[in-house]
Amino acid sequence: MAEALEDGPRGPKPKRTFSRRNIILYGTLIVIALYYLLPLYVMVVTSLKGMPEIRLGNVFAPPLEVTFQPWVKAWAEACTGLNCDGLSRGFWNSVRILIPSVVISIVIASINSYALANWKFKGSEIFFTILIFGAFIPYQVMIYPIVIILRELGLYTKLGGLVMVHTIFGMPILTLLFRNYFTSVPEELFKAARVDGAGFWGIYFRIMLPMSLPIFVVAIILQVTGIWNDFLFGVIYTKPDNYPMTVQLNNIVNSVQGIKEYNVNMAATILTGLVPLVIYFVSGKLFVRGIAAGAVKG
Amino acid sequence: MSSVSVKSLDLNFGDVKVLRNLNIEIEKGEFLVLLGSSGCGKSTLLNCIAGLLDVSDGQIFISGKNVTWLEPKDRDIGMVFQSYALYPQMTVEGNLSFGLKNQKMPAAEIQQRIKQASEILHIEPLLKRKPAQLSGGQRQRVAIGRALVRDVEVFLFDEPLSNLDAKLRAELRVEIKRLHQKLEDNTMIYVTHDQIEAMTLADRIAIMRDGAVLQLADPNTIYNKPANKYVAGFIGSPSINFMDGDLQAGGKKFVSNGVEIDLKRYEFASGPREGSACLGVRPEHINLGKATDKGLFEAQLTIDVVEPMGSDTLVWSKLGDQDFRFRVDGQTKLKTGDQQVVHFDPERVSIFDQDSELRI
Amino acid sequence: MATSQRPVQLFRNMSAKIAAIPMVLTALVIFVGCTIWTIVHSFTKSKLLPSTKWVGFDQYERLFSQNRWLISIENIAIYGICSLIFSLVIGFLLAAMLDQKIRFEDTFRTIFLYPFALSFIVTGLVWQWVLNPEFGIQSIVRGLGWESFVFDPLYDADLVIYGVLIAGLWQGTGLIMCLMLAGLRGIDEDIWKAARVDGIPTWKTYLLIVIPMMRPVFITTLVIIAAGIVKVYDLVVAQTNGGPGIASEVPAKYVYDYMFQNQNLGQGFAASTVMLVTVLIILIPWAYLEFGGKKQHG
Repeated sequence: MAEALEDGPRGPKPKRTFSRRNIILYGTLIVIALYYLLPLYVMVVTSLKGMPEIRLGNVFAPPLEVTFQPWVKAWAEACTGLNCDGLSRGFWNSVRILIPSVVISIVIASINSYALANWKFKGSEIFFTILIFGAFIPYQVMIYPIVIILRELGLYTKLGGLVMVHTIFGMPILTLLFRNYFTSVPEELFKAARVDGAGFWGIYFRIMLPMSLPIFVVAIILQVTGIWNDFLFGVIYTKPDNYPMTVQLNNIVNSVQGIKEYNVNMAATILTGLVPLVIYFVSGKLFVRGIAAGAVKG
Repeated sequence: MSSVSVKSLDLNFGDVKVLRNLNIEIEKGEFLVLLGSSGCGKSTLLNCIAGLLDVSDGQIFISGKNVTWLEPKDRDIGMVFQSYALYPQMTVEGNLSFGLKNQKMPAAEIQQRIKQASEILHIEPLLKRKPAQLSGGQRQRVAIGRALVRDVEVFLFDEPLSNLDAKLRAELRVEIKRLHQKLEDNTMIYVTHDQIEAMTLADRIAIMRDGAVLQLADPNTIYNKPANKYVAGFIGSPSINFMDGDLQAGGKKFVSNGVEIDLKRYEFASGPREGSACLGVRPEHINLGKATDKGLFEAQLTIDVVEPMGSDTLVWSKLGDQDFRFRVDGQTKLKTGDQQVVHFDPERVSIFDQDSELRI
Repeated sequence: MATSQRPVQLFRNMSAKIAAIPMVLTALVIFVGCTIWTIVHSFTKSKLLPSTKWVGFDQYERLFSQNRWLISIENIAIYGICSLIFSLVIGFLLAAMLDQKIRFEDTFRTIFLYPFALSFIVTGLVWQWVLNPEFGIQSIVRGLGWESFVFDPLYDADLVIYGVLIAGLWQGTGLIMCLMLAGLRGIDEDIWKAARVDGIPTWKTYLLIVIPMMRPVFITTLVIIAAGIVKVYDLVVAQTNGGPGIASEVPAKYVYDYMFQNQNLGQGFAASTVMLVTVLIILIPWAYLEFGGKKQHG
């Protein structure tokens, strides 16, 4: 029973793919995207060139002769001070710092947030407020007294000390993240479990933990990136043998002695950035969720 | 000439067909309600008419003008949204005047229109307030006002009362009906999932399902002569009783579980016939007591559950092995386990084909 | 009448209290304790070791007579203001462009955000290399025939802080874009429809309706950027190490250098206390608006 259509416009409004609006919009986006990609490109091409080629050309020219020598040198031979075993030392130091820091900070923060969200006690909100305000205090105000505390505990310049510092300074954001998540769990569920006789730990392990795996992933992404990228705490609370990768990288690239080997420097820079970059590209939306959770107030 | 006409309209989102070959003609001054459960395409159709969605095929005419490719602002429409969509940082006056100012209309005329609209909607005292300081009902009045000042032929309402509580909803429903009576030259298209709103407001109702219109008729026809089983079940609360059975004796009687209903009085839509069918009878059409007339159908029921609601009482019972609901006056005393004789008039039932579900 | 004994207040909810011990210690000892310790010692004669010899405001007088500190403050002010304005503007424009129902939205977002996964050290080193006058942008433009072209922000004392700004914006605008995009997506879609029916042009809808509606997002973003600016340290260390001369020094670097290299703790304490005060000046009005206001509305 289709009625006869009349003349004139019918169906979708004709849209030109190359309308002025689209050209401006996509053009701008592409130019900006190129600008954002440029440094990554420069890093990669520089790291694949030999030094003579670098001296002749410019940073944007693609390599005429691809060489992986700078990568090998950056990983295994580059010198910082007396050590000449390359960035690999810093890499393994960072791994040794990263794993316990991530695990301990997340375990402590998640249990703490669970207590804050579901087992409120007198004063718990006050401590939480202090904790959140603490996130805004410049670290510089607290770093020296922490040196004294760590020295008293015998942890100064030890990896253990740095792990403790990461746990402390990761606590505000992680607690906020977990607390907001746990608060959103329906209270009826929690009450039902209590009626069924489950206690503090029973509810945590059997109900909260299995329900909150996504938020744990977000927390892990947040912490791995944050701790891997840390420089300030690494340089203050460790000694040269234990320097994390970022500190060692800076020492290699910005060392005053010798000629600058830009290709090695760039290879070292990529190597240091690789861990968070891989996490970023693999985790995709979860990363965005992590930083948004980190940034947006509860 | 129709005020709004939709011709062979299709809309696809990727592979999903959201609207299929819709043809609707709406008269000038008519109040048309698009009714259906969520996901049936009613809001989508409204958005297409408004020009907020690009159609995949077909044409839309408003006051005889082909508007298929026109922007919403050029379609001679005004629209009211479920979430009010008031501009939160502007006063009520600012909300009403924003679109007009943007058209570079002279200030004096803007003032004139705002005055007129706010009188009609009784929102004059609110003009200097911000939306946050208004109640839900007041906000929706302002939203209607924003459509009113545009001085357009067609008003589109997208579930305007769904965010309000029951009492306000009833109040504003009357208000909208009054508005329609006052603006008799304006066409109104109103989307809702609430059948009471549809029945009370509409000149005609279009019942939609899966992107198609199942029946387009006045409320009385929709209620008494539903075009198919879905419409029969959708309209009416408590919902219609269905009995599965067979048409026998050339369509003279309907047999279901040993119950025999004489169909001499039933008006067949497409002539009497035999075969498996489904009979629907509304709970309101069932009366207590013995049949007073030979043409009526009489049955004895066992009462299962009684739900008193004050003004009337809903009774759940069994007819054979099928659920059978009927409505009686609130003063009637019935209790579970009672045997009760009831009767209804076969003239008022609806019979549907078992396969096509269409009215027979 | 059998009355069960009321449990002692302190031992109620014991597990939760134990679980909260790390948070309580962090809040009290680190965030409150260490901060107060530093503030108190900023009024002492601490040199190589913390001392308790009270000297009043001497450290502050000396601090504000130091050319290096004054340059640091000037730099952070320029960096801060520019960074705030450009981050918000660029971040919002990028978000608005991505919000136009464009194709490849995920790809563009991934590109704009990836620098945020990188550390400031990596960011600083890359941009040090891209802005290198001998091989970078300057040499390319000269290579195109414009021999007198000069673009060496990292070697020009007047421009160096803008060189750091370029790197900082590259790293951070992706985050702002994400926050803004989340804000834009939170706007009721009916508002957009209403504006279209009213015939308001898109740019006007953004300017007069959407941006005012996003005020809370802007304020939160502002606080996040501001709190980050005060902490700027790694970026400068990696990109310029404060040079040329002392032209790109920043307060956080001043603190570190005086505490851990120049063995003048008192100066470090005073400088970090000034940083804290600056943060509080930003933070307290915000917290008052954000949380103080809410209480009145219940």
